[in-house]
Amino acid sequence: MSAQTARRPAAGGLRSAAGARLGGVAVLLVVAAVFPLVITNALYTQFGVDTLIFVTAVAAWNLFSGFSGYISLGHAVFFGTGAYTVGLLTQHWKVIGGTIFALLPLGGLVAALIAVPFGLIALRVRRHTFVVITIAIFFMFQLMAFNFAFTGGNNGLSTPFFLWSAAEYNNPFYYAALILAVGTILLCWAIRGSRFGLQLLAIRDDEDRARGLGVRAMRVKLTAFVISGGLTGMVGGLWWFFIGQALPQTAFNPAFDLSVALMAFLGGFGTLAGPVLGALILEPLQQWDAITFTNGFVGEIALGVLFLAVILFMPRGLIPTGRELITRWRASNARRREPAPGGAPPGGAAVAQPAASTSQPSTGTPSTGSIR
Amino acid sequence: MTALLRTAGVTKAFGGVQALSGATIEVEQGSIAGLIGPNGSGKTTLFNVITGYERVDDGDVYLADKQITNAPPDKVFGAGIGRTFQLTRVFSRLTVMENMIVAAQHGERGRGLLRNPFARAGGPATRRRAMELLEFTGIANHAGALAETLSYGQRKLLELSYVLMADPAIVLLDEPAGGVNPTLISTIADRIRQLNEQGTTFLIVEHNMDFVMGLCHKVTVLDYGTAVVTGPPDVVRTDPRVLDAYLGTAEDDDDIPVG
Amino acid sequence: MGREITEAIVDGILGGGVYALMAVGLTLIFGVLDIINIAQGILVVLGAYLSYVLSVHLHIDLFVGLLVTVPAMFIIGVAIQWAFIRPLRGRERTSMSLLASYAVAIIIEGVLYLIFGSNYVNLTARYVTNGPKIFGFYLDYIYIYGFLMALLLVAAIYYTLYRTQFGRTIRATMQDQTAARIVGINVNRVQALTFGIGVAVTAAGGMVFGATGGGFNPNTGYDLISRLLAIVILGGLGSIAGAMIAAIFMITLEAVVDVVWSPSWSVVVFYAALVLVLAFRPQGLLGRRAARAQ
Repeated sequence: MSAQTARRPAAGGLRSAAGARLGGVAVLLVVAAVFPLVITNALYTQFGVDTLIFVTAVAAWNLFSGFSGYISLGHAVFFGTGAYTVGLLTQHWKVIGGTIFALLPLGGLVAALIAVPFGLIALRVRRHTFVVITIAIFFMFQLMAFNFAFTGGNNGLSTPFFLWSAAEYNNPFYYAALILAVGTILLCWAIRGSRFGLQLLAIRDDEDRARGLGVRAMRVKLTAFVISGGLTGMVGGLWWFFIGQALPQTAFNPAFDLSVALMAFLGGFGTLAGPVLGALILEPLQQWDAITFTNGFVGEIALGVLFLAVILFMPRGLIPTGRELITRWRASNARRREPAPGGAPPGGAAVAQPAASTSQPSTGTPSTGSIR
Repeated sequence: MTALLRTAGVTKAFGGVQALSGATIEVEQGSIAGLIGPNGSGKTTLFNVITGYERVDDGDVYLADKQITNAPPDKVFGAGIGRTFQLTRVFSRLTVMENMIVAAQHGERGRGLLRNPFARAGGPATRRRAMELLEFTGIANHAGALAETLSYGQRKLLELSYVLMADPAIVLLDEPAGGVNPTLISTIADRIRQLNEQGTTFLIVEHNMDFVMGLCHKVTVLDYGTAVVTGPPDVVRTDPRVLDAYLGTAEDDDDIPVG
Repeated sequence: MGREITEAIVDGILGGGVYALMAVGLTLIFGVLDIINIAQGILVVLGAYLSYVLSVHLHIDLFVGLLVTVPAMFIIGVAIQWAFIRPLRGRERTSMSLLASYAVAIIIEGVLYLIFGSNYVNLTARYVTNGPKIFGFYLDYIYIYGFLMALLLVAAIYYTLYRTQFGRTIRATMQDQTAARIVGINVNRVQALTFGIGVAVTAAGGMVFGATGGGFNPNTGYDLISRLLAIVILGGLGSIAGAMIAAIFMITLEAVVDVVWSPSWSVVVFYAALVLVLAFRPQGLLGRRAARAQ
């Protein structure tokens, strides 16, 4: 692949590409905002809420795992903790009605607090071991949910009865989920462009070298882990409100992390839009599948097969693969338009170019005269 | 002239293999020093020890008379020692510019981190300096390209560039001419000379004898983990001990100096 | 209480031997292929189901049935590696193989559900519920046979690794894949065969587990793999001796906590032990370096 194909688009193209992207996002937001007002079928709005919950969950997961390269299969810990926290607070403070949504940040906070010791232990080991620790801690939490009395044991926690109209029951949840989703995506975008995000990505590529250059790896990883956990906790709380009941095996569900990981990989592991795309595609599919096939096991097999297909044939995910196809298409178009192959591309993929371009009468240093 | 970088009797063993055995070298401030020796003589290990990637069994490392023995890599980098690797290490999925910004972390850290870690990566001053360095090494027009798309030689230049971001007092180069075409080799040599004229000290490990002899003011020969000869290039290349180190006994197969 | 504890310890050691067998396969796969085979748990269950079919429908003795199930699982293992693991390339190879094996596990689980349903089944034989009385304890024969078989198989693995040419190529590949290729070792073949061995060992482990585990169904795979992973990590990835020690240690610990405290907490302690050990020793008990030194 020549240097040109992977370069960000040239200035003119950049403006139009960015403009198109922004336009697309705006359209998407408008559609999302009016969706439940236009489509009033409760089944579809339910799909909508579930999808938005997963959009948040996947974006939050990707914020840590995608950017740092440490695959976590234990994020269900945060999801379930958020659910149970919010559940316990609701019961304890006897909250009903719209104020429940105010409890969500508390659910997120508790999840974030748990992420600290979790991360301190888990992030000291290398990536292989890290995955396993996340799995181990996940099982510990699930088992504790079963064993502790205050979590309701096998019966779990149920929500109180909510006093808003049955016809538009889903709507408050929908909008809450939408706010969470948009907020999470914005946060991911801000982090991606920040110094913190860059350090995280550097850790993903070569942690040792990054450390050697002064990046405080543990601090950076832990911060990402805590933020990711907190967001997942908040959405877990919302999930509990929506579903109405938290059982140990549903709040701490082994399939959760697998679904989240699959969505992230499908869309593009480590990218910004990838996780969102993956969730938007897969969650409605999963919901529809659950309803159509009463035999849940066929659904499981389908999930596994889909995952394998993605990993084997499109490991980088839809968005990077799509980008690659587009740039290749653009490059072949450009080549077709130019009269003759002529000289090397302006970027100069050949190694000799840098020497040629800098061995000028001046010593190649910029006009300020000195490098130091 | 004062020794900017100095090792004193550094000893390091890996299991049964004695990689360094009382290695004592000196690099004078403002010079370009070469470190040569047959394979297995401990050159890269010495680099690793100096830059904190390995701990010493015995001996000390001094930077401007300050002891930095066993300091971790980031402290060494912060103290003013930059280092490149034999197998070039760049951040593949970041762009060239982003690679440069990551290396600037150290400088920005004291001022920025506490205030706003979510700040935009790389302020204007950082980017300006990065572009200067990229223009200096000649890969500026790849600034927006992902590092993984660079050719081997360009990656070497990138690694050199980002190491320079921290404005180090001394740069350790591990085989900068390895596997690179002759034109680029002479470019690299030019750049090193220019930086040296502006005050940067260099310690270079190389097997390419033309490169070393033509560039370095002083050359140290390492054999079996210890410095056997030190001196100007002309003197060293004809010293019988050096030939002995490289050729060894009749059965040995060690590499012979090129050129 | 003392007697109960002693009994628990004995149970733990015997049970630990069975887990050791399954864990050794997992750590061997990691050592040679550098991947964590998440499917190992469900493959144990698959092995148990195969033994079940042979035992219940064809009335073949459990141990005799191994002559069929072990080669069958070996072939299945090679097939999985060849089809889903080997094609993976690129930087994220290890994460990919992890997720790929997870996906394979899900598929196998779903298939098992479809075929066998979710009812719990057991492997039974005369020697499963009978046994001698030793030192005042009742030991089922199956435990003794199982433990002996575990010892035998681990010894066979060690022998293969250290006394045969093939074993040498495995160890060489474990140490340095590139160097192994240079000296002419067909790394792909070694990896496929090692994966097969690691999985074949689970057939044997699966049979004993199916007889002693107190009933299994496709869902048991989850519990199994999490325990096996914990054991392998605690012992140190890639270390066979570590896996064995960790297996016996953790299963015994769990059995004792079972008796001393309560069954619902013993499992939590099991995982807590892993977390605790890793907090102080991130590379596990014996770590990969120990495997190289062996």
